[in-house]
This record gives sequence, structure tokens and C-alpha cells, in this order.
Amino acid sequence: MAYGRRRVFDALSCHFPRGRISVILGGSGLGKSTILRLIGGLTRPQAGAVIVDGHDITRLSQRGLDLVRRKMGMMFQGGALLDSYSVFENLALPLRENGSHTEQEIASLVHRILDAVAVGDADELFPRQLSGGMLRRVALARAIIRKPELLLCDEPFSGLDPASIRHIEALLIEINKKFAMTMIVVSHDVHSTVRMADHVVMILEDRVLEGTPAELLQSSDPKAAEFLREGVERLQKICS
Amino acid sequence: MTNPVSFLGYRALRFVEELGAMAAFTVETARTIFMPPLRFEAFVRELYKLGVRSLFIICVCGLAVGMVLGLQGHHTLTRFGAQRSLGAVVGLSLIRELGPVLTALLVAGRAGSSTTAEIGTMVATEQLDGLRMLSIDPVSLIIKPKAVAMLFTTPLLTALFIVCGLYGGYLVGVGQFGGDAGSYMSSLRSNVDFHNDIACSIVKSAIFGLLLGLIATYRGYTSTPTAEGVSTATTSTVVISSVTVLLTDYLITAAWGI
Repeated sequence: MAYGRRRVFDALSCHFPRGRISVILGGSGLGKSTILRLIGGLTRPQAGAVIVDGHDITRLSQRGLDLVRRKMGMMFQGGALLDSYSVFENLALPLRENGSHTEQEIASLVHRILDAVAVGDADELFPRQLSGGMLRRVALARAIIRKPELLLCDEPFSGLDPASIRHIEALLIEINKKFAMTMIVVSHDVHSTVRMADHVVMILEDRVLEGTPAELLQSSDPKAAEFLREGVERLQKICS
Repeated sequence: MTNPVSFLGYRALRFVEELGAMAAFTVETARTIFMPPLRFEAFVRELYKLGVRSLFIICVCGLAVGMVLGLQGHHTLTRFGAQRSLGAVVGLSLIRELGPVLTALLVAGRAGSSTTAEIGTMVATEQLDGLRMLSIDPVSLIIKPKAVAMLFTTPLLTALFIVCGLYGGYLVGVGQFGGDAGSYMSSLRSNVDFHNDIACSIVKSAIFGLLLGLIATYRGYTSTPTAEGVSTATTSTVVISSVTVLLTDYLITAAWGI
């Protein structure tokens, strides 16, 4: 996979187990978000395959891709909410466009999901009027409003205070448990990864490591161990 | 140093690629126009943003251009003792050329640039990718209403520009120089032909509107997702639109047989 002449990764192979929370961990600029974009079909690789629910999405037509995307939700780093739409309209849009819901059902569903992510009173606000934490929660609400089987989250914790991180983390874990939703979370935050991940895909400069957080913590790979231990030590210091 | 021949070849290939991409974008936009949902509400919203918000600038510029034409026309016609033809001179200049061309240039500068900047910002902040992930076609939801609104808005603004220009000419010819109001209007009425002047003006402005809509939305849609990318796309919209309008004006005028 390359952007112009810049090669992001070569011969990357990894998998994400169904129904589990997988975290893609790694330093900046190693292509973590690119993996999410590849899974969502937003970026096409120069070679290789991306298999989602049995479909190689690199070979699908636009229509086929749209059908697979109906089973996906994506929470973007910056929210990606439509600026000119209110929070309510942003959440109602996918239901109006793709579903057969009545306006009453849409209103009820949107309010229920906004309450669930603790921004129930923000329905009339516009994205520019939301704080960082609220924006992420609304983005999460939009990503899960169609009850997708696969949720992609791009850096859901970046730039947030510890309380907001805890809240988003708890929401993701709750959603995963309640709906058995497969989640792929991109993060460079070791603390959150250790707390919430069932499966970790660690991107290093020249290779990829996979396993549970515990397995990776005991990894004999010096770069992986160093990256994870530094994060855990910081976490222990904060806790003590 | 790059070989000049290679550089020229590279630029030529890029130009052809760009034309091909724009043609594909035009086909994609045209396909969505006739497919449901029609997005009438979004279309009306865009009509307001592109049209109503341009009213003031169009009226002021139309009036100013008409007044200048009145001044220039009066001085020139007085030399030949033909002051009574001022209405025809102002009217024909505005209806045939200045109305459609200047309105299109103003629309490119105001509505075109803002359309590109808005879409470019949506690209940079991943709003269009967000729509794609919701299985919503951004061309249908965002591009179509803007392009169609531009197509409808430009002829309407052109008509308004011409009316204001005619009034500007009237203010100078009749109000300032004391010309006869009846002569101004009758020379205008008797010299303006529907087929050669008004129909040509409507066709020109509709074609300009179509081109402006496509250029503005295409430049925004394909802009690099950075602040600099949006700024470059906005500037290029104004430049490309202006050049396209002037070249197309020549082609239409020649084809119309005037």
C-alpha cells in the first residue's frame, strides 16, 4: 500500500476476530488509520485483498461495496459530522437515506441513542457547538445507529481528558458486550488498549505482531515490549 | 534541471487526465440528477445560498455597469446626433454580452468560490468519507443540489443584472443628461430582437451556469484534503471559471451567427 511514492506498508497480513474488540496499536505515521480506510473501502490498495465478512472489498462494485458498508459503522477521528446539519439531523440522515423508518420512529431512535451516549440534550446543536468529548460521543452514536456488525473507530481517545477517555471506553465495551459487535479501534494509547482490547494488532516499522495484550506484554520482540511497557509503566504511575 | 520536453509532455498528460476525470465526474453528476431521491429541499437551500445571497452584488454591479454604459453611450452618440438611440446601445450591450458574461464572472467569484471552499472543507474534514461509510452517495447528497442550483441561478441573476443595468443607463441618460424617457424605452424595444438577443442571452447564461456549477463542485470534490489544498482549489475555480466563461462566450456568439 502506497500514497504516491511513499510506501506505507508491504506484505501486511492481519486478521480481526468476529465479536471481539481489536485494537490496532503503533506509533504515528505507520498506517494505522490507513488499515481502517482499507477495511471501509475508502482507500484501495495497489495489490492484495481485504476480506470483510467473506467479501474481498477491493474487487466489489460501488453497489456491492455499499451493501457491505451497511454492515459497518465508522467513527472518524474528527467526527466527520456534517457541519450544516444539527446533531439530530446528522443521526437521522442514515436512517432516512437507507431505511424504511417513519419520521416518528427515527425521532425516537435518535433520541434513545443520544441518551445512551449521554448527549441527549445536544440534539439541536450543530457540530461546531460541541466539545471534543461530546463530538466523539455523537460520532459514535451516528456510527452505531444502524446497528452495524462491524464498528471501525479511528483514534477515539485522541485529544480527550482522562474522564472522557474512560467514558468512551466504557461505551465501546458496553456496545461490544450488548450487541456482540466486532470492533476495530485504532489507537496509540497503550493504557486504553490494555484495558479494553481482546486482540491487539501491533504495527511496527518492519512487521506486524498479533495477540492478546498479555501475550504482547510478554513478547520477546524488543521493540514491541519496549513500546508496551513504557505505556504500562506510565499507567501504573498514574494509578499509584 | 527538468528537460523542457519532458515537462511539457507531463503537463499535457496531466491536462488530458484532468479532462477525463472531469468528464467522468460530469457523467456521474448527470446520472444522479434523474435518480431518486430528487433532493428538492437541498436544491432550494442552495438556490437561497447561491442566488439570494448574490442579489445585492448583482444589483449594485448591474446598476454601475448600466450607468457607465449610459455615460459612454451618451458622449459617443451625441457626436453623431443619435442620443435617442441610447436605450438600444445600453440594452444590446447588456443583453448580448455584458449581462451574461459579467454575471457569470461575478457568480464564479462569489458563489463558485464558496461552493468549492465548502466542498473542499468537507473533503478535508472527512465529511464525504463519513457519508460513504453510511452508504450515502456524496455526489447525490452534496454535489447534485449545488450544481443544479448554479445552473438555475445564473440565468436568473443574469436577467436581474440586465434589468438593473437598463435602469442604470436610464438614470444617466434621462435623469442626468435630461434625455427623453420615451425615446430611451422605444429605441430599446424596437432594437432588441428575441431570437438574436434575448434567446442568445438565456442560452449563454444557462451554459455558463452549467459550466460554473461543474467546475466549482469538481474542484472542491477533488481538492487535496489540507487547508492549502482547499485554498488552491478555490483560487483555481475562479481562474478556470473566468477563462472558460470568456472562451465559451466567443464560441457561442460565433455559433449563434451574430
